Amino acid sequence: MALLEIQDLRVRFATRDGIVNAVDGISLSVDRGRTLGIVGESGSGKSVTALTVMGLTRLPNATVEGRVLLDGLDLLTLPPDELRYVRGKRIAMIFQDPLSSLHPLYKVGWQVVEAIQAHEDVSERFARRRALEAFREVGIPSAAERIDSYPHELSGGMRQRVMIAMALVLDPEILIADEPTTALDVTVQAQILDLIRDLQEAHGTAVVLITHDLGVIAETADDVAVMYAGRVAERGDLETVIDEPEHPYTWGLLRSIPARGAASTERLVPIGGSPPSLIHVPSGCAFHPRCPHAFSMCPQWEPALRDSQPGHAVACHLPIPTRREIGHALRRQGASA
Amino acid sequence: MTERSTESPLVVVSHLVKQFPLERGVLLRRELGFVHAVDDISLEIGHGETLGLVGESGSGKSTVARLVTRLLEPTSGHVIYDGKDISRWSRRKLRPLRRELQIVFQDPYASLNPRRTVGSIVGAPLSVQGIGTRADRARKVRELLEVVGLNAEHYNRYPHEFSGGQRQRIGIARALITTPRLIVADEPVSALDVSIQAQILNLLKDLQGEFGLTYLFIAHDLNVVRHVSDQVAVMYLGKIVELSPADELETRPIHPYTEALLSAVPVVDVRERARQRVTLRGDPPSSITPPAACRFHPRCRYATEVCRTLEPPLVNHGNGHLAACHHPLSVKSWPPPADRSVDG
Repeated sequence: MALLEIQDLRVRFATRDGIVNAVDGISLSVDRGRTLGIVGESGSGKSVTALTVMGLTRLPNATVEGRVLLDGLDLLTLPPDELRYVRGKRIAMIFQDPLSSLHPLYKVGWQVVEAIQAHEDVSERFARRRALEAFREVGIPSAAERIDSYPHELSGGMRQRVMIAMALVLDPEILIADEPTTALDVTVQAQILDLIRDLQEAHGTAVVLITHDLGVIAETADDVAVMYAGRVAERGDLETVIDEPEHPYTWGLLRSIPARGAASTERLVPIGGSPPSLIHVPSGCAFHPRCPHAFSMCPQWEPALRDSQPGHAVACHLPIPTRREIGHALRRQGASA
Repeated sequence: MTERSTESPLVVVSHLVKQFPLERGVLLRRELGFVHAVDDISLEIGHGETLGLVGESGSGKSTVARLVTRLLEPTSGHVIYDGKDISRWSRRKLRPLRRELQIVFQDPYASLNPRRTVGSIVGAPLSVQGIGTRADRARKVRELLEVVGLNAEHYNRYPHEFSGGQRQRIGIARALITTPRLIVADEPVSALDVSIQAQILNLLKDLQGEFGLTYLFIAHDLNVVRHVSDQVAVMYLGKIVELSPADELETRPIHPYTEALLSAVPVVDVRERARQRVTLRGDPPSSITPPAACRFHPRCRYATEVCRTLEPPLVNHGNGHLAACHHPLSVKSWPPPADRSVDG
């Protein structure tokens, strides 16, 4: 059994403008020690999925359906006090902007100590020693001094290291990282991704990495889910999804990125139109208005996520051989560029 | 891409310096020091060319944009636009020039007034400059909305009715309406989704071909910059550390910082995962007290004594490829003959 299993999750928010279908029936799973990359553009539902797993979408205007199983335990039906135990202790999360996730008026070390004491009945001295160890482990230089810094005294990369220290100090089974490097410079991003990978190896933590950047996914994930308009468009192990993509949206994403080594005279192939509104999701396949391969079936029926081969599932009406052919043609083009 | 012409470049920046004072106190102002945002940089942009400027946050790239468009006055050095030294011009004197120098901003949400219609936003530069009659201006606006891939019927709509990519098109239409010659694009695609980025990059390229525009293109994404530029300048802590023809930067990086930057960019290729990455240690230092001599030396894996004591000059390594480093990579003979050295 997978460590974390999301089954047919649906999250809707009632707003003044109508019902927002943020997550529209997705199923995903993560095993121990593996990294699942969730990639999608803004409004694809990737962050809401993560927040729901953490129980952070329990809001008066939200409807949540489906199941989120942590080792068989359904987190969606868990009473708040039990959920509070799971959150932080068994599943930890780090966010995009470390400055807004740290309290500006408290020293960073104290915030980590507080997190430890919220879950374990230990003395402050002991918790502080644990925090210091964690600071050292995430590579914060002169940790003994930095532990008494305020967030504004640290750089963006250091703040994200503090967040990672706070997330990992209780040795959780799952780490959810929502765009953990988007606010950071590219050289610092490389450091943080390396750090997450090293810590995962050392602790065997399962990681869910949410990002809009396919490059980040390609460098860190074992399995990938491509999300579009609250649904999973394509899912599989990293190599299959990147090397033999079958969903037209995945093709589009791969082709809109300037290729390394490509001449600057070469034109990019963008995806036409823009991501849909989640209040008025297009009928049938939500991607059909932007899809160059759409045909009569696409606006009528929503394609189910089906295995096209073991371990590779795609939600598309195009026949599998057609998808393979186009996918391989794109790959050859990319390789010759 | 255009061949480098023999005519003089449209923009020449020489020994440009911008420092921002750090002050404390309200009545008794004390100067505590300076932020050395831009420190002695020189570059040229030819007619119809694109110069890409890359660097991490705090490298001074946006300050360069604001100096070139004279939204800021340089502390010292010169900005020469079309043969005229505009570095000390007053606001009044600059005003007619503004129609030739336009900017496209990063955030299409913050840079469009939410309470004005698209028509009045795009037409604003014309009315400010007093160009044409009201009817002329309306016609021009509709025309430009079509040029940037929007609809003339969008004239009476408001910004909130548009997606991020469409808003960026509105911003581009506004920049184009005075038929400018130079467009400074400051992170024009960073706020956009990947699938939309490609649309805007293609649009900017098409417009360049159609109107013969010259671009100063600023971004932190090396792949994006390389894709649109003829030349790329890499900035680090207020200095240009490398200036290279765009297609040579990746195959032949000379400065160790460029090497690290290239290596840090994630690649969508599973086989690349095994590659030896050059990971930089530490964070970019503060530009209030930048490291002495070569500013990159505390993070550089090739640094030696000379890097800590002597600032490396920007040297031409052939083919218009310049770098400021004591230990240049991918360079055969070093030190170079004295006559190759420039700007030293």
